[in-house]
Amino acid sequence: MSQLSVNHLLGIKYITKQDIELILDTAKNFKEVINRPIKKVPSLRDITVANLFFENSTRTRLSFELAQKRLSADVVNFTAASSSVKKGETLIDTVNNILAMKVDMVVMRHSSAGAAEFLSKRVNAKIVNAGDGAHEHPTQALLDAFSMQERLGDLKGKKIAIIGDILHSRVALSNIFCLQKLGAQVKVCGPTTLIPKYIESLGVTVETDLRKTLEWCDVANMLRIQLERQDIKFFPSIREYTMLYGLDKKLLDSLSKKIIIMHPGPINRGVEITSDVADCSQSIILDQVENGVAVRMAVMFLLAGRQ
Amino acid sequence: MKPRVLLENKQLEVTLKRLCYQLIEVHNDFSNTVIIGLQPRGIYLAHRIQKILKDILKKEVPCGDLDITFYRDDFRKKELKPNKTNIDFMIEDKYVILVDDVLFTGRTIRAGLDAMLAFGRPSDVELLVLVDRRFSRHVPIQAKYVGLTIDSIESQNVKVEWSETDKKDRVTLID
Repeated sequence: MSQLSVNHLLGIKYITKQDIELILDTAKNFKEVINRPIKKVPSLRDITVANLFFENSTRTRLSFELAQKRLSADVVNFTAASSSVKKGETLIDTVNNILAMKVDMVVMRHSSAGAAEFLSKRVNAKIVNAGDGAHEHPTQALLDAFSMQERLGDLKGKKIAIIGDILHSRVALSNIFCLQKLGAQVKVCGPTTLIPKYIESLGVTVETDLRKTLEWCDVANMLRIQLERQDIKFFPSIREYTMLYGLDKKLLDSLSKKIIIMHPGPINRGVEITSDVADCSQSIILDQVENGVAVRMAVMFLLAGRQ
Repeated sequence: MKPRVLLENKQLEVTLKRLCYQLIEVHNDFSNTVIIGLQPRGIYLAHRIQKILKDILKKEVPCGDLDITFYRDDFRKKELKPNKTNIDFMIEDKYVILVDDVLFTGRTIRAGLDAMLAFGRPSDVELLVLVDRRFSRHVPIQAKYVGLTIDSIESQNVKVEWSETDKKDRVTLID
């Protein structure tokens, strides 16, 4: 198989293990491309992509835009803050107006879960979900899996812990789907208030003790506390959260094995991880960013290539 | 219909040797020349040429593998699976011998010329192919070194097999 089974990348939930493997294999080729002196290939020179960001983003937007430019696609950018959305235009109208300008692919981030899927049923363009509310963030999960594979090889049977604010995290959900499809074991760890009630029905285990979790895992994916999505108090104070769930160098060095540290960004240094952990040799945070471009190139290349 | 064998064993060996001696006539000691094989099937021929040249010249000529999937003009018309690019030298101001097994429409070579430029601006590029299917070109591209020239129709297929992957060295024409 060298074709995706879907027309849009809406979430990891909707794609197969073969799709994931195809994307990760193709990303390897693109990683070689972006490390060349000339980092550009002409594959998507006839494609126009619109990046619609209804919610703030630095890394993802830059990463997508770079990926598009490295593939020679034409790019138009849109951020909600400076648009007619503020004047009351609906999502479907905004997007249809942009598509009327002959756009072939839409990369969208939106604060409502399901926004990408909603769009895919109503407009005639390939949709890539760049994060929809607390639902999914598929390209992040793919680049995380790619980065883990680079260090660990096949992920089958590997132990991955996702630590922090699971409740508000689309990264956590996409990662769980992706890692399970690749055969890894997943454990989530955080304060009970930040763990969704029925998360065990997804086949993951739950742990509230950070040290136990770290002793168990091969990889720890540290998530940020998403204060902007928290309308009520989920824990007494940031300081208390840091004491119980923050990872510092002392704790990391006291573990019986060397685990890999990941973080999807943006990091709140000193809250979920300290600076010396974020910058230590066990951390692959910047590899994740580099791989993000390669993985997104693979996703858009494969979607555009679908007949 | 039964596949027709065009080249095999001794015959193929002689052809490959001839191509190598033709290369030596032009490039002497290969001091400024590199070989680039096109993925997926051209790399076997490229490495074979490199091996024979090593036997004759007693020196290793740099040889790389180039994948052209991202440079193709027809990538939305058929399924294409990218392969590995492995070029650990720059081709700036070098003489490049581009190698592929079969020259048919010429589109692969066109993409190869594009893809190659990501590794520098060569001083000179030549094309070597094992089989040239005459009268089937879509673009004006001709090979300088040709193992075998054949006349074939579009529906036919030329298959080049290598002992490295297919157990034996053989070129066949399939109807």
